[in-house]
Amino acid sequence: MANTAGPDVATPEQLSVVDRIVAEFSTLRGALIPMLQQVQEEIGYLPPVIMERIAERSGVPPARIFGVASFYSQFRFEPVGRHIIRVCEGTACHVQGAVDVVEAVCDELGVAEGGTTEDGKFTVETVACLGCCSLAPVIMIDEDTFGRLTPEQARDIVRNYGTAGDEGGAKA
Amino acid sequence: MPDQSTSSRVTVGLSSCGVAAGAAQVYEAFRREFDERGLSTPLRRTGCIGMCYREPLVDVDTEGLGRVTYGGVTEEQVARIVQEHIVGGKPVEEFAVRMEGKRLPDEAYYDRQVRLVLRNAGLIDPESIDEYIEAGGYEGLTKALTEMTPEEIVDTMKASGLRGRGGAGFPSGVKWDLARQQPGDVKYVIVNADEGDPGAFMDRSVLEGDPHSVLEGLTIAAYAIGAAEGYIYARAEYPLAVRRLKMAIADSEERGFLGMDILGSGFSFRVKVKEGAGAFVCGEETALIASVEGKRGMPRLRPPFPAAKGLWAKPTNINNVETYANVPWIITNGAAAYAAYGTETSKGTKVFALTGKIVRGGLVEVPMGISLRDVIFEVGGGIPDGRKFKAVQLGGPSGGCVPEEHIDIKIDYESVTKTGAIMGSGGMVVMDDRTCMVDIARFFLQFTQDESCGKCTFCRVGTKRMLEILDRITSGEGREGDIERLEELGQQIVSSSLCGLGQSAPNPVLTTIRYFRDEYEAHIHEKRCPALTCKPLLTYEIDPDKCIGCTLCVRACPVGAVSGERKGPHVIDTELCTKCDACRKACKFEAVIVS
Ligand SMILES: Cc1cc2nc3c(=O)[nH]c(=O)nc-3n(C[C@H](O)[C@H](O)[C@H](O)COP(=O)(O)O)c2cc1C
Ligand code: SF4
Ligand code: SF4
Ligand code: FES
Ligand code: FES
Repeated sequence: MANTAGPDVATPEQLSVVDRIVAEFSTLRGALIPMLQQVQEEIGYLPPVIMERIAERSGVPPARIFGVASFYSQFRFEPVGRHIIRVCEGTACHVQGAVDVVEAVCDELGVAEGGTTEDGKFTVETVACLGCCSLAPVIMIDEDTFGRLTPEQARDIVRNYGTAGDEGGAKA
Repeated sequence: MPDQSTSSRVTVGLSSCGVAAGAAQVYEAFRREFDERGLSTPLRRTGCIGMCYREPLVDVDTEGLGRVTYGGVTEEQVARIVQEHIVGGKPVEEFAVRMEGKRLPDEAYYDRQVRLVLRNAGLIDPESIDEYIEAGGYEGLTKALTEMTPEEIVDTMKASGLRGRGGAGFPSGVKWDLARQQPGDVKYVIVNADEGDPGAFMDRSVLEGDPHSVLEGLTIAAYAIGAAEGYIYARAEYPLAVRRLKMAIADSEERGFLGMDILGSGFSFRVKVKEGAGAFVCGEETALIASVEGKRGMPRLRPPFPAAKGLWAKPTNINNVETYANVPWIITNGAAAYAAYGTETSKGTKVFALTGKIVRGGLVEVPMGISLRDVIFEVGGGIPDGRKFKAVQLGGPSGGCVPEEHIDIKIDYESVTKTGAIMGSGGMVVMDDRTCMVDIARFFLQFTQDESCGKCTFCRVGTKRMLEILDRITSGEGREGDIERLEELGQQIVSSSLCGLGQSAPNPVLTTIRYFRDEYEAHIHEKRCPALTCKPLLTYEIDPDKCIGCTLCVRACPVGAVSGERKGPHVIDTELCTKCDACRKACKFEAVIVS
């Protein structure tokens, strides 16, 4: 991820990434969403300069690009942390105390839901159902899932994540 | 004793939930153990085996012994399973949850299940088209293309009685017929795999565990309708399902089940996967179509229905994942065999994600017509920790809570609707006496409020007003007349919203008011949460008679709210207390009282 430049300027590498992706998708029908997904996948997020470049290269009006991007929650306009923590707030997790887990994770890291820690290590997102309701409440850090959590365990996990050799997998 | 190492086969459940419980490490442990011992026992992977509450799950099939399922398997147990069962030929019964030829207690989980949609789930390797074919896969498609006309397929679907499993329950055969009879050469078929209910994972498990079954059903639909192109619209958060689908598409193209001139029938069909971008409303069919076209996923007024005017304004058939997964079974086994299950108006089976306060939670498939009680108490084993059943939530944010007085109803579309809930797509969340019904209503409304696309004023603003009232009630500031205000707003939103999201958003609130009005009243009039869930309404105190002054609570409290002399009774400063519950959990003498 080359998300070092601020939202006002894009690096030449980022611009060439955009140009390549636009060229790849431009002939397909209904390609705007997959195109934005691919750009976000490679650049990490969609700052205004990047969306303007997409508009310029694809000929799609900027208003339409902003409109579509802002409609879908998958698209981010801010850079994200190195690790993404996804705390499940689905029904099964809610019933098993997810609210306290969200609170514990945010409190431990000193961020609000959707926020990124100052050191850029974590972004905390909430999601609806990670598909392992039987292990509720559940959090996921990048590809690792942790289940049957108490708020205290959730704190420990985020505190120690990436410091020791944690392989992931729930110690359920 | 004979060496059983090659007469056994080991299968590890590697669906999302298995992996979350540590199944990947268990798989690796088997690999290592086999390598170290030089065993050539086949090691396979599969999708959801079904007993999600017992993950990680491992099946060992042995010639002469049959199938043994081990549950809650840890890396440490692997060596013993290999030594005693695979090498020694004697299953490790203490780790087993299911054994062919012997009835273990967990067998009750399967007694009432009928697995048609889940016919292959947990048995085959979802990444192997050969295993799918060996299990009877693509027989339905072959029969459809070589022995049946499109009309005959539509008639079979109608006769089967299959109704859409995405929530609304529209008869699938009728829908196919509508699309088939539309004029024009260009038509489309779409799989709705947007699975939006935030507490359900049926479609994900089918896609992860048996992707070919959905592809096969889709291809049969395309042939019946006359579509040459299909789309699978999958939820953004389902990377594994998307990967397996793409693999399944490539494999079936290579084998000639997809692509040009399928099985020499002259029929050609191509499929593409579209990944959603995170918007619940895109599960609604017209919004989904807008999204596939690359637009904002806003619903539009129907009619025209997609069958007449769908994707790129062409006739389009759209069905849910589970609906399509039923199709090959119906074509292969016939409509009558399918219609033999279920009730007068609701045929076949339904898959549910049984979760919440339940002993045996997981993915279950039961015949329509079974009672809710049987699913919860027989299949699911009832409520854990000796607690009392309170309600079961069906249909997620569009559905409602069914209380104890109605749990003897039969599961079919009409009976469930009569309770105020809906069949929905299959979320079934069980709640006990510690679940606050006002909080649950607030939870769902928060969800729909966030997800409203904003097109209709009542859906956008009305849900916000309702949420404000619920926030007020759950934080102890409920006012006289709030219940009536909720009911009134709810009715208005139902009657003036364009799509199902708005029309059903008030359901969770309206059903909980209908059945649990006293709980709302306790919050409003007595500022009390009977289930002890709504924090602003709780107070923490220490019972001086029970407290022995062990100081455990003092150490547990993150904000220093507990004080007291060692060996003397402790007290909680209610001003400082954040109601985190840590002291209550820490106390070994149940001296911390919440009220
Ligand atoms: C807000 C909303 C969300 C929906 N989400 C889904 C969904 O996630 N999956 C689904 O199959 N149908 C969903 N539906 C229903 C679809 O509009 C449509 O009825 C269904 O895909 C038809 O397929 P079926 O006849 O096989 O059920 C949703 C409807 C609404 C109003
Ligand atoms: S009812 Fe709500 S979600 Fe549906 S179209 Fe209207 S505003 Fe959008
Ligand atoms: S509930 Fe939490 S904050 Fe309140 S006294 Fe107990 S430990 Fe302290
Ligand atoms: S509700 Fe959290 S994993 Fe399903
Ligand atoms: S057994 Fe794991 S998803 Fe069901």
